[in-house]
Amino acid sequence: METTTEFILNEELVKTAEPKVLTLLDFIRYRANLRGTKIGCREGDCGACTVLIGRRMGDEVFYESATSCLTPLGNVHGKHVVTVEGLNMDKLNRVQQAMVDFSGTQCGICTPGFVVSLCGYVLNPQKELYRSAKDAVDGNICRCTGYKSIERAAERIDIELANCSDGPRLKQLIKNGFIPNYFEEIAKRLKEIEPQQAPTNGAKPVGGGTDVYVQKHDKLQTMDIALLAMDENKNRVHPQNGQLIIDKTATATDLMKSPDLINTIPAWYDYMKLISSHPIRNIGTIAGNLVNASPIGDFTIILLALGAGLEIENLEGNLRRLPLKEFYFDYKQTDLKQDEIISRIFIPIPKAEKFHFEKVCKRQYLDIASVNTAIKISVEADVIVDINLSIGGVSAVPLYLKETSAFLLGKNLNYNNIVTAESVMQKEISPIGDARGSADYKRLLAKRLFFAHFIHLFPEIIKMKELV
Amino acid sequence: MDGIEAIFLHSDIPGANQIGGIVPDEPLFAEDELHFRGQPIGLIVGKSELLCRLAREKIELQYDELPVITDPREAAQKGHLIVPPRTFEMGNPDQIWSECAYVFEGKADVNGQEHLYIESQGAYAWPKEDGCIFVASSTQGPTAVQKTVALVLDIPMHKVEVNVQRLGGGFGGKEDQATAWAVMVALAAFSLGRPVKFSMHRMDDMLMTGKRHPYSSDYKIGLSKDLKILAYEATHYQNAGAAADLSPAVLERTLFHSTNAYFVPNVRATALSCKTNLPPNTAFRGFGGPQGKFIIECAIAHAAEKIDVSPDTIQRKNLLSEGDIMSYGQKMEGVLATPTWEECEKLYGIEEMKTEIADFNQSSFRFKKGLAVQPICFGISFTNTMMNHARALVHVYHDGSVVVSTGAVEMGQGVNTKLLQVACETFGISPDRVKIESTNTLRIANTSPTAASAGADLNGKALQMACNCVLDRLKKVAEDALGTDNISIRDNKIFSGDKETPMSWNELVQLAFSKRVSLSEHAHYATPIIHYDKSKEKGHPFAYHVYGTAVICVTVDCLKGTYHFDSVKLVHDGGKSMNLPVDNGQIEGGLVQGIGWMTMEELLYDKKGRLMSNALSTYKVPDIYSVPKEILIAHFDSDGHELAIKKSKAVGEPPLMYGLGAYFAIRNAVKAFNPAANLEFNAPYTPEKVLMDLCKKQVSTTFQDIQVEDAGIS
Repeated sequence: METTTEFILNEELVKTAEPKVLTLLDFIRYRANLRGTKIGCREGDCGACTVLIGRRMGDEVFYESATSCLTPLGNVHGKHVVTVEGLNMDKLNRVQQAMVDFSGTQCGICTPGFVVSLCGYVLNPQKELYRSAKDAVDGNICRCTGYKSIERAAERIDIELANCSDGPRLKQLIKNGFIPNYFEEIAKRLKEIEPQQAPTNGAKPVGGGTDVYVQKHDKLQTMDIALLAMDENKNRVHPQNGQLIIDKTATATDLMKSPDLINTIPAWYDYMKLISSHPIRNIGTIAGNLVNASPIGDFTIILLALGAGLEIENLEGNLRRLPLKEFYFDYKQTDLKQDEIISRIFIPIPKAEKFHFEKVCKRQYLDIASVNTAIKISVEADVIVDINLSIGGVSAVPLYLKETSAFLLGKNLNYNNIVTAESVMQKEISPIGDARGSADYKRLLAKRLFFAHFIHLFPEIIKMKELV
Repeated sequence: MDGIEAIFLHSDIPGANQIGGIVPDEPLFAEDELHFRGQPIGLIVGKSELLCRLAREKIELQYDELPVITDPREAAQKGHLIVPPRTFEMGNPDQIWSECAYVFEGKADVNGQEHLYIESQGAYAWPKEDGCIFVASSTQGPTAVQKTVALVLDIPMHKVEVNVQRLGGGFGGKEDQATAWAVMVALAAFSLGRPVKFSMHRMDDMLMTGKRHPYSSDYKIGLSKDLKILAYEATHYQNAGAAADLSPAVLERTLFHSTNAYFVPNVRATALSCKTNLPPNTAFRGFGGPQGKFIIECAIAHAAEKIDVSPDTIQRKNLLSEGDIMSYGQKMEGVLATPTWEECEKLYGIEEMKTEIADFNQSSFRFKKGLAVQPICFGISFTNTMMNHARALVHVYHDGSVVVSTGAVEMGQGVNTKLLQVACETFGISPDRVKIESTNTLRIANTSPTAASAGADLNGKALQMACNCVLDRLKKVAEDALGTDNISIRDNKIFSGDKETPMSWNELVQLAFSKRVSLSEHAHYATPIIHYDKSKEKGHPFAYHVYGTAVICVTVDCLKGTYHFDSVKLVHDGGKSMNLPVDNGQIEGGLVQGIGWMTMEELLYDKKGRLMSNALSTYKVPDIYSVPKEILIAHFDSDGHELAIKKSKAVGEPPLMYGLGAYFAIRNAVKAFNPAANLEFNAPYTPEKVLMDLCKKQVSTTFQDIQVEDAGIS
């Protein structure tokens, strides 16, 4: 692995020989001495350490928020990292001013994270990712305000943004006091940084870091890690022959804004919103979610129902393919060999099939599911001609509901078959009690979410009243 | 290990190995026995935080397992109490039950709450000359830190300087529980002769520090035919954890608030502080009051459901009136229970909301709406009368700038903003002339912690006194110089009557300085009128009470057991608010914290006392999407109270208790779907409990039996 990491931190070019596995958070606070980035939880759940990471694509830089506590330093090579200090100007920027005007800050420790997240939105308010500025702070926890004042600040930011829509975005934002003017030079300056190739040695591969750094950030620093996500300044998701091809470093955000999924799955945005938060989706990789093998992994459950396939590559560069539903053996046991990684993922782009995803947790957003489940189904003349069902949180693995899917295939879509299928599902699952619910609850919830698929997708035919 | 400097154990302590605040029952470092998982044994000091954490992993602890008690009722049965039980009594319930048209008995449980201040606990210290030490601590109670450092290091308090700049959130979690970490760094800095810093890792903080007390309570309520509450009896089993901490004081406040905003002529409320093997539970916004209120609201809901009336019918009929006597003997004055309720009805139309909800529920099978009205009445003052005092130090420098020190700690509640207003308004000068300094034990001694919602009142009053003393001297100088006796100061200018004089604030200060007039003052304020006799459990412990009424509406998805809050509309009695944005911030923030406690915030310990909800991934607090869609706040137009600073009533804790209504609104919706079910009272109402209650007849379950097989993040 190359030893130096080179990036722009706010206005300064940084070249550092610090270990690439060091968290960006620790680098920012304890090496660069920028203390505006706060430590809240070190597991991506509070957003106090949020920074912006700017990735150059041609002559433009795309900014995304990220939790610096889960970001390996090596992953920002060739990028622009912006902390709250890098958003400061002589007077408060418009986002900061809105937070002040609406009393959006009390104790202040979460405030830099909120400001950074909102500035990320201001720089790149794509409609595929946000409905309004409020959505930008879905990864930020505030324990003081009750959020209403922050909501009001976000509303004002939207109003002010609407008033500066003419001309090149960056120039407009600078002119209107949203961001400092040094941002204009960043694209040019990033071009001068030599790209680094991701290492291909046999050390433990790490993608975005959003799982492996959680509660294990100390241990990682003593391990030999190969970072996969370095220098990926290109589109990482693209369609080909009716399939979506997903690179190993593609993030959840890449998938969230995929036009092929947005156009074929009407509620795609709503489903994606249920999965973690902007700063996590921006750095967490899809491949990592699959390899992590969490029995409750949201993307795993979605991709199981979508009928995804994997391309697996070993150190010699040999490739093999495998359907995702054959990938999991037992708790955290997958088909992946020691020297293999997932190199690509293929998703058949839905055509006539209907898709739905359900997830219930203690908190609707940014929480781990008690149970999650997905369905892809095709019905012709009331007969189910194609069906994939998957469910998480009720088994040692993210479960493809093989028996249940097989039972329903070729059957009429009616109450009787759905109720019988539910009892087939109960035999396939084996939930245990944990912090996310008792086993009894998970069985009951699985039943209800199973019904919810049909109630949601076929509201004219299937009604809740007949099922419970 | 390379980079590790020292490990401190109990045997390295020069003074007492003791940090207990109310009862000396808590060692800094465990000696022979560990009483809870997460109890500190020693402190590792090294060159970096990472090294220290890695070193900790290398330590192997050998121990014999002792039996663990986590249930307060079990502890009480075995006689493990922190302090003797206390009982507040008025009238005689025993003689009344037979006269009641209705009597109901039941049990209710309410879980604890993790503070989750976003800035975790922490402190740093460095040695000073002459065996003195400086400690910077994220504490609500700098004097507690100072006193305990002195005790543990065996040095007098005057050798310990504690400085508090501001806190990244406290909520009571740093009233007593900030002390241990500050004392540890002081011990290390003192012994090593070097600066030492410690900031807790979130998971350590969650594991090791105490939380809001879980309560398990028995209640008995008796009502007349016309739904007047004639008698109420409650026995509260407080889960105190393994040491006293603030539990006896929290227990007391539960008793003071056991009848919430209701008048009950015959009351017997008993509370037992039960010693269990959990981290010592501690102060949390409301300080036992919310638990006491929750239990009587359960009793009322129980009665209402059995009698088949809406709970708000019983609530409304029993609100406190002017001159009512509470179980603890205080005669209530300035009572606004009914007026805030009526204002709520007038502004928001409670009856119309109920009708709309009934119509909605009639036409919707899957989604049911529920409503609850939540009146509050919260006493302001430390219930320990001797703590109700504060001091302020004001220096006017001869360039006209002013610096203020008080005992108040800023933790986001806006106390410094209010103190700034007091200083500016008293002197008649602009905010740019005044600096509110950190809280420092060398400048202000013997402080009470910033707690009990009383920070602005106590310190503000002291500051007002100090400013007025200096002001009087300055006016005298101006009178002499200008030859007029009707001096006032406004906008940094000196006025004679309504007429502006050529003299400015700066010139007046300079003049006074040249005339050798003192430009500094240190003032002491002690709340008048309050008193309490513990031997009789009677007195007048509160300076005044804060009232308000909230209406909470929720929609439950009866297919999935999930819910969201449509609105909270409330009328709050803040007196003459001196700063509406600050007060509204406390109301919204307190309310949402209360809703979190009643809904998604679920502390889970296994039978061995191991915390399963030990990270933000397993303990969920409200995010921006889980707060009510609409929060409407109306301020009741009242005169405030003389003992409130500038008649602006204390606001820190009371609004949290509006959140109790969240529990009963959900229950109301669940009942609309499943009216026949016999539901328990067990907060928080997580989506799990909601779904189980919605299906109560179909599936039987016990919530307590949670096995730990996958407690971590998957």
